[in-house]
Amino acid sequence: MHRSPGNVSCHGKRVVAPKRCPSARSRLLRAGALSLSLALAGLPAQSADDASAVPAQEWPSAARDTANTRYAPLTDIDAHNAARLKEVFRFSTGVQRGHEAAPIVGGGMMFVVTPFPNVVYGFALVPGSVAPRWTYAPEPARASQGVACCDVVNRGAAYADGRVFFNTLDGQTIALDAASGRQLWRTQLGDISRGETITMAPLVVKDRVLVGNSGGELGVRGWIAALDAASGRTLWRAYSTGPDADVLIGPAFRPFYASDRGKDLGVRSWPPDAWRIGGGTVWGFLSYDPELDLVYHGTANPGPWNPEQRPGDNKWTAGIFARRPSTGEAIWFYQWSPHDLHDYDGVNENVLVDLAIGGRVRKVLLHADRNGYLYVVDRASGEVLSADAFTYINTTRGVDLDSGRLRYDPTKEPSVGKTVRDICPASPGGKDWQPSAWSPRTQRLYLPQQNLCQDAMTSTVSHIPGTPFVGADLTIKPGPGGYRGEFAAWDPVARRKAWSIRERFPVWSGALVTAGDVAFYGTMDGWFKAVDARSGVPLWQFQCGSGVIGQPVSYRGVDGKQYVAVLSGVGGWPGAIVAGDLDARDPTAGGGFANAMRDLPAASPKGGTLHVFALP
Amino acid sequence: MSSHCPDARHVAALTLLLAIALLSACEREQRRFQAPAQQPERNAFDTNEGKRLFRWFNCNGCHGTGGGGAYGPALSDERWRYGHTLDDIVATIRDGRPNGMPAFGGRLRDDQLRQLAAYVRSLSGQLHTDVAPSRNDAITSGEPESRRARQATRPDPAVSGARP
Repeated sequence: MHRSPGNVSCHGKRVVAPKRCPSARSRLLRAGALSLSLALAGLPAQSADDASAVPAQEWPSAARDTANTRYAPLTDIDAHNAARLKEVFRFSTGVQRGHEAAPIVGGGMMFVVTPFPNVVYGFALVPGSVAPRWTYAPEPARASQGVACCDVVNRGAAYADGRVFFNTLDGQTIALDAASGRQLWRTQLGDISRGETITMAPLVVKDRVLVGNSGGELGVRGWIAALDAASGRTLWRAYSTGPDADVLIGPAFRPFYASDRGKDLGVRSWPPDAWRIGGGTVWGFLSYDPELDLVYHGTANPGPWNPEQRPGDNKWTAGIFARRPSTGEAIWFYQWSPHDLHDYDGVNENVLVDLAIGGRVRKVLLHADRNGYLYVVDRASGEVLSADAFTYINTTRGVDLDSGRLRYDPTKEPSVGKTVRDICPASPGGKDWQPSAWSPRTQRLYLPQQNLCQDAMTSTVSHIPGTPFVGADLTIKPGPGGYRGEFAAWDPVARRKAWSIRERFPVWSGALVTAGDVAFYGTMDGWFKAVDARSGVPLWQFQCGSGVIGQPVSYRGVDGKQYVAVLSGVGGWPGAIVAGDLDARDPTAGGGFANAMRDLPAASPKGGTLHVFALP
Repeated sequence: MSSHCPDARHVAALTLLLAIALLSACEREQRRFQAPAQQPERNAFDTNEGKRLFRWFNCNGCHGTGGGGAYGPALSDERWRYGHTLDDIVATIRDGRPNGMPAFGGRLRDDQLRQLAAYVRSLSGQLHTDVAPSRNDAITSGEPESRRARQATRPDPAVSGARP
């Protein structure tokens, strides 16, 4: 049996992380009642957004539901027949850069957004296939390519009430009529002359389109904005740094931990005026809990990366906000990485699930952070219930659950002019933007991961608007074990991996899991794979031609059949060596990632393609 | 009596000479003593200054500390979107280019632009080894510029609309 070659248990990890297991046990004891929680694990856990709220034939937003589960309630394809999957349709997007988007399905159509120049294709779903119906070219400013840190990616559109919403690299949000591709409105939100871009997939909540900016490597100031879905008018904008009035912190703000309480911490936790160029961008996936009426979004790294230029906690960067969608006002905040040292953006997705923990069902969010910990957080209060390493970590020594603070290891702290070696995880983290999937059936979180460490040297950097504001040279390399990627099933109640598959390259694609208990993901050498969601046993794979870094989706076609769709097209930060023709003779090329990907050009050519699969 | 006149003339002439001497001394103090950077590619001082400017103006962030590329294209390979000569590169840095290269003309003097352009050429081994820099203040970023093999130069056909 090819069962879980990289099967990782707590004890199996002892070789590389001797301290991880005892501390995890002590946290378990403190949380109490492990056996009770295990006994209750059989209780039906639900996602915040009842999956039935989204029709089975649709995949209307990047993560399908606002709980961010990426779970398709379809059973046609299962562990017994997945091996018979066939490609039934393919379409070349004509774009050579990294394709990170999810194909969006709604209203009998499929919508695909390409990387810059952000062309949108509208396909009609027809029996047995899909067919191109319209094309929309927004023609974003060409100069925006020069302020995109990590390839010129786009993470896809959102569909609601006959409209398609998407963002352009040059900072616009655009609404199209879904049936015709006609432009309804376009709103300019970002300013590329300041280094701002937009790469994220918008989320529609209560007739509001929620959008955040990118540019944390260019000295921008992070924000999230809400636009009126009908008109494109900006209803509110909340900044991630600066005075409380700008962050939309008011009387309703009740952070769980004392270190997040106090007036204008977004100013006072920075050197004078550094918050104006301090990052905290909002480029990850957004979640929404309709019952609590809270939107959850991460904030990215503080800028510059050189931490000595910004003493202080650097609030509200590298953390998570819970906000009211109607007003934007902040309800709580938690900082994954206070005074971030290694570019551990806090924007990874937050998956909203209800779990039996400590003898009762709790509304939690699951968050696998760049810093290498998988957090279980009470999503009503912001209390961290557990934080366990899901990858090899030597930059920190766990999270103090009393204060909520991450414990840094001072030996890995950057210092100007000093080379710090073997920083694990590397800046892309144990997991980057590539989103996980949650199955309410298996109670597992399916995690696409990388296994990377780095050497780093920081330097003093000047802020020149529209140029990189980083001050760190990196060389990234494979982590312990020599493999660079992993696809794992995480059990959030037992707080360990159930199984794991090692991959040669970072697994930079999103995850998908279905009610047929099949999990899907792609690899950077072009394989799109199906595995048994319960055991991790490989079921099927398809060679896409170029590396897969997109987000797979599944929907029911007009003929009633289940389809699986994904974009191939290598790129993104790890794939920039191919998409951007980088020269890896310079190990700092591509922010140091090219160094770890020297063999990618031989394994994957460029080029974007939409693939649709079904059973014969 | 008449001797006053020659005296006055002498005084006037002396005063004039003194004034000229003083003024020319002032002018001399204002003169800028620096390498003209007319041929920065033949001058190790200029290319090393260019290397400093490459970091000071965040060129390294976009093009890699060793020129391997990042947000922007590699400068260490054989492909040139907008030309590989010193004048081409000066124009690229000074005026910017439409696919994302910002204009630095308002931030750098002409001689600095030429120093920087000369250094950019060293990244692909275009300069003599006794002129190209050989030391790094940053983490290892590939072969020292002075030891790089000279790359052939060709236009980059992969970039559509590369020409302004």
